[in-house]
Amino acid sequence: MAYGSHTTEDRARMLRTIGVGSVDDLFADIPASLRSSGLDLPAPESEAELSTRLLRLAERNRVDLISFLGAGAYRHFTPPVVDQLLLRGEFYTAYTPYQPEISQGTLQTIYEYQSLMAELTGLDVVSASHYDGATATAEAALMTCRATRRERVLVSAGVHPHYRETLRTYFGGTSLVADEIPLVTDGPAAGTTDMIALERMFADPELPVAGVVVANPSFLGLLEPMAEIGRLAHGAGALFVSVVEPVSLAVLATPGEYGADIAAGDGQPLGIPLAYGGPYLGILACREALVRGIPGRLVGMTADVDGRRAFVMTLRAREQDIRREKASSNICTNQALCALAASIYLAALGPHGLRDVAALGAARAAELETALAAAGAPRLHSGPYLNEFAVRVPNAKAIHSRLIGRGILAGLLLARVLPDDPSLADSLLVCATEVTTPEDIGVFGAALGEELIGAAGRAGAGRVRAGRGRAAGRQHGSGPSDVAGPGSTAQPGGAAR
Amino acid sequence: MVPQDLRYTKEHEWVRIEGDIATVGITAYAAEQLGDIVFVELPEIGRTVAQFAAVGVIESVKAVSDLFAPVGGDVVESNAELSSAPELLNSDPFGKGWMLRIKVTDAAQFGGLLDPAAYEALTAEG
Repeated sequence: MAYGSHTTEDRARMLRTIGVGSVDDLFADIPASLRSSGLDLPAPESEAELSTRLLRLAERNRVDLISFLGAGAYRHFTPPVVDQLLLRGEFYTAYTPYQPEISQGTLQTIYEYQSLMAELTGLDVVSASHYDGATATAEAALMTCRATRRERVLVSAGVHPHYRETLRTYFGGTSLVADEIPLVTDGPAAGTTDMIALERMFADPELPVAGVVVANPSFLGLLEPMAEIGRLAHGAGALFVSVVEPVSLAVLATPGEYGADIAAGDGQPLGIPLAYGGPYLGILACREALVRGIPGRLVGMTADVDGRRAFVMTLRAREQDIRREKASSNICTNQALCALAASIYLAALGPHGLRDVAALGAARAAELETALAAAGAPRLHSGPYLNEFAVRVPNAKAIHSRLIGRGILAGLLLARVLPDDPSLADSLLVCATEVTTPEDIGVFGAALGEELIGAAGRAGAGRVRAGRGRAAGRQHGSGPSDVAGPGSTAQPGGAAR
Repeated sequence: MVPQDLRYTKEHEWVRIEGDIATVGITAYAAEQLGDIVFVELPEIGRTVAQFAAVGVIESVKAVSDLFAPVGGDVVESNAELSSAPELLNSDPFGKGWMLRIKVTDAAQFGGLLDPAAYEALTAEG
């Protein structure tokens, strides 16, 4: 389709044709007071000027940092075949034509995406596809309410805070209720979903529970007792939603295996580059019994009149263009390009490759744990994790910022996203994947060790100035031996002591 | 010609009245308009439904439509066979394709339903 802007002549001809004097006359029905008074925009720039300005802005992004940040979006190696195939023009749209069967290739890629995700999650049905993990999780919660005709969903505080916020937004303006299941505060299960609290929450006869939403691994990186939570949920007649990180499914039990009814998650780790604001990929899968309630589109495989294999758009009759206000969701499109990237990534790696990615990430994370503990930042929790965990760092905010100055992104400052949880006040959420190198881990460990000793020194000096030298001295007495990290012997902080 | 012993609605449901029990289905005309019916969602037993409320869903290869309750009351039975054989709605809409039975709370609601002649006139209008 040719695209060209209308010339003054074009506009004049159109106005003549419909018998209107000017473009402004078209808006005569709208009172002047309601019309826009002009947009306060800067003067136009040439393409070259604009490119330069945007480039300067982009350069302010720190892409040089050694990163240990995960928290829902993960760095992975993407085989070049993924991006190369995505460049094909046929794929470069999220849209299927209004007669979708004419695009057999597009439908086949969606079908393959569904098949791969079904295998990965161990569930029967996968819809293609959703915006991101947060919206897929919210859709999963809504599914449980529709399927059970109940109005209350229990969401673990271990689910990503952004996902919980999105879920609350989806529930806003409806009669649906989302209650939060707290986390265990101490002991060996600290940081995981509080099962005793969960059982208590089921007890309210006035508000029967539609669904229980729990993430595995949790936002804090911990593995949750999924099978047990599933049994509790089912015992109360509720459905069980598992929020998953797809790479982890290569080595952890799948939602299908531990009895989840629905799985939701973000497909970004599967060959989709990190980008602030996306586009990412929402994965949504369920058991066959729920197939009529899953939002989004499903592509099926069948045979045409001549018995040849054919792909068809099936089971999208519940969506907005047909069901209007009764639609099961507002999703009318899908993240086709990102879903395709995930499919190519999975096909390129194969099941063994994906297992290697997950296992290597877990191994690197174990090395990271050792290095950080040696530097004086032990784990905050003691339960098992896969490749992400929280560490306790005194004065975490200042240390995090100083490490950025040293070229290290020391994960996520947990207090920034979970300010209401005092147990997370001085802690960082760090992660490792297969692209995290032992050298990077060494650099991080050494720098953190130095910073912690430096911080202790500075704090000590401050206290001496404040006339509390004895207290500070005692603190020092126990300090240095705890923080004997690499390179901790000769650095400025030490000298300050 | 539609069965003469039934009552009908503008939404193309039929109702068989036996005492205070109303058996409900969709008419042959409705089934034909919908095309091949592939899925039926019915209300659970014991649910109280208001007259004209959407109580179920009928999905055909062409469209998804609501099933409305022609009368208000408690759902006392639904046709379990339809979950595995929704095509009964096409093959035998007035018989094996029945959908649910409602114990009616207000028998006066029967009076508002269409008689066979009125329903035929409605479908004749197209």
